[in-house]
Amino acid sequence: MSSSVMTQPSAPPAAAPPARPQKSVVARVLARPEIGALAAAIAIFAFFYAVAPPFRTLPAISTMLYASSTIGIVAVGVALLMIGGEFDLSSGVSVVTAALAAAMVSFQFSLNMWVGVIVSLVVALAIGFVNGYLVVRTGIPSFLVTLSTFFVLQGVNLGVTKLVTGTVATPNVSGLDGFHSAHAIFASDIDLGFMTVKITVLWWLVFVCVATWLLLRTRTGNWITAAGGNQASARAVGVPVPKVKIGLFMGVAFLAWFLGMHLLFNFSSVQSGLGVGNEFIYIIAAVVGGALLTGGYGSAVGSALGAVIFGMTTQGIVFAGWDPNWFKTFLGVMLLLAVMVNLYVKNYAARRK
Amino acid sequence: MRNTRRPLQALVAVTVATMALAACSSSGGAKNAGGGNAGGQDFTIAMITHESPGDTFWDKIRAGADQAAKDHGMTLNYSSDPDAGKEATLVQNAVDSKVDGIAVTLAFPDAVGPAAKSAIAGGVPVVAFNSGIGNYQDFGVPMYFGSNEDLAGQTVGRRIAQDGGGKALCVIQEQGQVALETRCAGVAKAFPNTENLNVNGADLPSVQQTIGAKLQQDPSITDVVTLGAPIALGAMQAKADSGSQAKVITFDLNADVAQAIQNGTIAFSVDQQPYVQGYMAVTALWLNLTNGNDIGGGQPVLTGPSIVDAKNIGPIVQYAKNNTR
Repeated sequence: MSSSVMTQPSAPPAAAPPARPQKSVVARVLARPEIGALAAAIAIFAFFYAVAPPFRTLPAISTMLYASSTIGIVAVGVALLMIGGEFDLSSGVSVVTAALAAAMVSFQFSLNMWVGVIVSLVVALAIGFVNGYLVVRTGIPSFLVTLSTFFVLQGVNLGVTKLVTGTVATPNVSGLDGFHSAHAIFASDIDLGFMTVKITVLWWLVFVCVATWLLLRTRTGNWITAAGGNQASARAVGVPVPKVKIGLFMGVAFLAWFLGMHLLFNFSSVQSGLGVGNEFIYIIAAVVGGALLTGGYGSAVGSALGAVIFGMTTQGIVFAGWDPNWFKTFLGVMLLLAVMVNLYVKNYAARRK
Repeated sequence: MRNTRRPLQALVAVTVATMALAACSSSGGAKNAGGGNAGGQDFTIAMITHESPGDTFWDKIRAGADQAAKDHGMTLNYSSDPDAGKEATLVQNAVDSKVDGIAVTLAFPDAVGPAAKSAIAGGVPVVAFNSGIGNYQDFGVPMYFGSNEDLAGQTVGRRIAQDGGGKALCVIQEQGQVALETRCAGVAKAFPNTENLNVNGADLPSVQQTIGAKLQQDPSITDVVTLGAPIALGAMQAKADSGSQAKVITFDLNADVAQAIQNGTIAFSVDQQPYVQGYMAVTALWLNLTNGNDIGGGQPVLTGPSIVDAKNIGPIVQYAKNNTR
């Protein structure tokens, strides 16, 4: 799937400064990493709009956006990390670790919910820091470091939960002080007047905007792209590569924490075996959205489009009422088509230059 | 400029790791739960299941097994692996370490059954529990403790029909898992207007989103049947999101589901009593080892379906909190 992106030969780095006056607006738009994903998202939307009548309603759009947001929130961080040239396979399980930590700290010590939320944030950032520190200090590929973290956290989730609560799920925390305010921040419904959306959708937009600004308008953004493109030369020109990479891992951890809080406050209790496998969905969203598996290229908006494509396809298949036994097959075909449209548009854009 | 082989290598690496992650899952690990020695003889029992780590359902099976081992003064070695081949290896490991008895789940009869058969041939008593009701006898396993999934499904279907349901949605959280598919088939047998929906049980928000989408797509659904307690909580959220009036019915219990039944937000639960499955499997081995008994007269001993609804939920709320129901 990802091999599609390598065929676009010499696109300018995503974080290049805007001063390139010779090019037309059209050419600059077409050179963006996310343009292919945008075309694919529009195509899939049009497709389901045509074949699935329930898909045309606002509540359906809301469900679809919610599905996209729970993928997209972590995918933003994963995309930045991949642009910075690293992988994180522990992100799916970290989400559950964060949720478990918050629930157990607050419940066991009968504390205000927000204490657990903060402690959990510290735990999550520590996991991100350890991932990043190990990668930059040992030089072991992040793939292996975070694969280890993935297994370690799976065991910790299970072992610690069992040790603390006596079962493998957390107690229900909905009775604790601060639950309602935390629920309002992380898991409430927002009435926009014409439709009701989950608050995660708005947070997702915020995170995508912040990440885009960071990537395209700040020095840090240039550092990220440089560190992922060619680490040695980036270091040679004075980019603090270790700091950038540790920061990126902590960014993913922060977003995983955020989704973990949504998980906790949406369902009030968390089972410790959840989350396994989601790390790949985040990576898929980033790659479908135009990030290179090899680093140095990609965009935050692209990861959002990748999440929309994935969320829209999974929900669209249900809305279309297709035979559920074939669900995964439909999903695979739709994703392949999405990536092919992506590739086609990119090649077209490259030829125009 | 860019070496075009690198993305390909990365892709291969991702694929390999995906396969590795799908295949290996940490085994539950052995746990010794030895207690006082009641019989004067120190028996060691191996319990081997296809548990996916971190599921409250299996935790109850294990709690029951631990309690039985403690009550009868035996040592219990628990291990599990959701992969068929690895579960069979665990059975072989137990035989090699010369345990006195084996309790095993036969969710993958073709893979694990032959290992159980060779254990019996080697003189180790074996009981099957939880899964494999249709297959355990093929491998010469004398006893079985578990629920009849088909019967349980039919019980739900009949109840939906009695309560005047119009259309049922049966939510499968692990596509292609035989026991789950059998439950939904059972529901459809007794209540033909039943449709299946596959969701990703490892991701609760996605469960909620997918059920929500289905409820929006088909407003004629009157009953949502979930096959596990955590999935029922996702269904309740989905129902609230989509403004559907559908009833939520579930298999299995946990503390939250018990509370929801008491509050009336879940209509009823079909409990297969996992604690009893674990307890009985170990106890049956103890009786066999100390007294030569076999239980069930060659027939499966059913631990369910046991219906839990607003009428009998009272004391069960506390049992669910204690992790025994």
